[in-house]
Amino acid sequence: MTMASARTRARITGRRRAAFTKARPFTVFGWAAMVLILFVTLFPFYWMLREAFTHNAEMFSNFGPWPRHPTFVNFLRVLGLATPAQQQAEAPGSYQTLNVFRDLLNSVIFTAAVALGSVFFCSMAAYAFARLRWPGRDVVFGIFLSALLMPPIFAILPNFVTVKSLGWVDTWPGLLAPYVLMQPFALFFLRQFYLGIPREIEEAAQIDGLNKWQIYWMITIRVSGAPLATVLIIQAAFAWNEYLWPLLVGQSSSTQLLTAALGSFVRNSPTSAPDWSGFMAATTITVVPLVIFVLLFGKQLVSNLQLTSGGK
Amino acid sequence: MDMTAQLELVRRRSKEAVVAVGRRQGRSDLRLALLFIGPSAVGLVVFYLWPLIRGIYISFTNYNILQPPTFAGFGNYEAMVHDPQFWNALWVTVQYVLVNIGSQTVLALGIAVLLDRLTRSLLIRVAVIFPWLVPNVAVGIISLFMLDKTVGILNHGLEAVGIPSQYFYQDPHQAIITVALVNTWRNVGYTALLLFAGMQAIPRNLYEAAEVDGAGEWKKFIRITLPLLRPVLALVMTVSVIGSFQIFDTVSVVYQQPIPQATVLYYYIYEAAFAQGRMGYASAMAVVLLLITSILTVLQLRLLRSSQTDLA
Repeated sequence: MTMASARTRARITGRRRAAFTKARPFTVFGWAAMVLILFVTLFPFYWMLREAFTHNAEMFSNFGPWPRHPTFVNFLRVLGLATPAQQQAEAPGSYQTLNVFRDLLNSVIFTAAVALGSVFFCSMAAYAFARLRWPGRDVVFGIFLSALLMPPIFAILPNFVTVKSLGWVDTWPGLLAPYVLMQPFALFFLRQFYLGIPREIEEAAQIDGLNKWQIYWMITIRVSGAPLATVLIIQAAFAWNEYLWPLLVGQSSSTQLLTAALGSFVRNSPTSAPDWSGFMAATTITVVPLVIFVLLFGKQLVSNLQLTSGGK
Repeated sequence: MDMTAQLELVRRRSKEAVVAVGRRQGRSDLRLALLFIGPSAVGLVVFYLWPLIRGIYISFTNYNILQPPTFAGFGNYEAMVHDPQFWNALWVTVQYVLVNIGSQTVLALGIAVLLDRLTRSLLIRVAVIFPWLVPNVAVGIISLFMLDKTVGILNHGLEAVGIPSQYFYQDPHQAIITVALVNTWRNVGYTALLLFAGMQAIPRNLYEAAEVDGAGEWKKFIRITLPLLRPVLALVMTVSVIGSFQIFDTVSVVYQQPIPQATVLYYYIYEAAFAQGRMGYASAMAVVLLLITSILTVLQLRLLRSSQTDLA
């Protein structure tokens, strides 16, 4: 650990010195390109925010960087807090109302349940595939691996039939069941990490009299904080993004997720005069939790993100 | 007793203890393994394997969910071969994948090299990956607004420099390219970070040696980075291509009814199943999608295996 960081430091200072002695054109062009990339990456979010704080009426006349008359009215409208008069003034043709508070809450519950549930169960399975010895392990792993290749639409059709026959449409069990127990990506990512934990740690624990069950809960989990957090973050991002299944299974207000609500809000609005400010306010409400999320977990995510082949 | 002898004794004892522990527990951890993979295995069977079998079965039936399925033999597959809309959807999807994966891979490689050569900043990496955390639905709506014919900022910019405004999503020639590039915008940062992680495994002294030989950045990229990154690149591309074939959310949200030039296969399947109630036909098309992604996976994994020896 210390050696590695020392090497990194040496590498960085080495490169700094190199960059200092000959101001290379690559560095200059590189930074110019990087600034451009960051601009293209982040500008759409700025533009979304700007429109969310702008009256629809300004849309045709103002392309400047700021709203002329900044307003919260669009947020009030999509949160269902605006008066009918305000709604009529801002978006005359649109009778759509959103119940964003409820949808937001549903999305948070869904995301937390999917991320925690799938990582909890897949971590145990990953450990069984990486560290426990049992007959047929590699064959069974191959079957699990094949799930990674299956396009979701392929499962969605029969799953919808299953959930419908169980009477689970518009229920939380129906919404969550396909996600919580098994997420191929989480399983493979964690198995890969568990394979890399030095066996000596477990052997030492065995000498101390711990069995495999205790080793998993008291040692493996404890030394795997970083990868577990990374998978949790990725699974949460994945769940927050889910659209088709929630659209099919969560249609009542108690099960509708933010993505599905946002999709129907836009699809059902009049094409002649789209309520852009309303759209952007609703989209902003979807994006803001992610900003908080990234401020909390972003560094964890980017420093541990990688894809390695499962073969080794 | 001197120090080394003591250490040797401890080492021998601990080795014996490990052997003893191993013997006491028996060779197999089968019971614990069953407990650990149990929940995930239930998820796999109920929501992956059973749907796989059931989906294939449904593809040989006429089924509208309300009445029980009736056997149809290869009827759905024959209908598919003679359905011009199916071939259109397949072709549109292929176009999408080519534009999306082509642009995304090139840009991601560029961004990854810039990140690798220029900076260790975690903040920049977080910014680069941020769009990937935003739901497709939200990205679709933001792009719809920015690319609008009359109020979109991009068309406003084009007109400012003398280029006539474009229809983008509504233009038959631009539609699928627009969808593809919008998704490239969303996913390129994630792909770049995966490639960046792969680049960290390339020994730095190779670059230093190349620098001594007077190699520039371009030469280092072609001669060192690209060849040594090939296994990671192949893996990342496999995953990206499979994901890319499943383009749905964006199309579903930016069109109330997609124009034929933007009706991707996944959307066509969705429409057949849930708007027309033709589950059997939809399942037959889903089987084709499954076959395509499986063949691509096998091909790319073979490619990967043949190139795995570059970096021992």
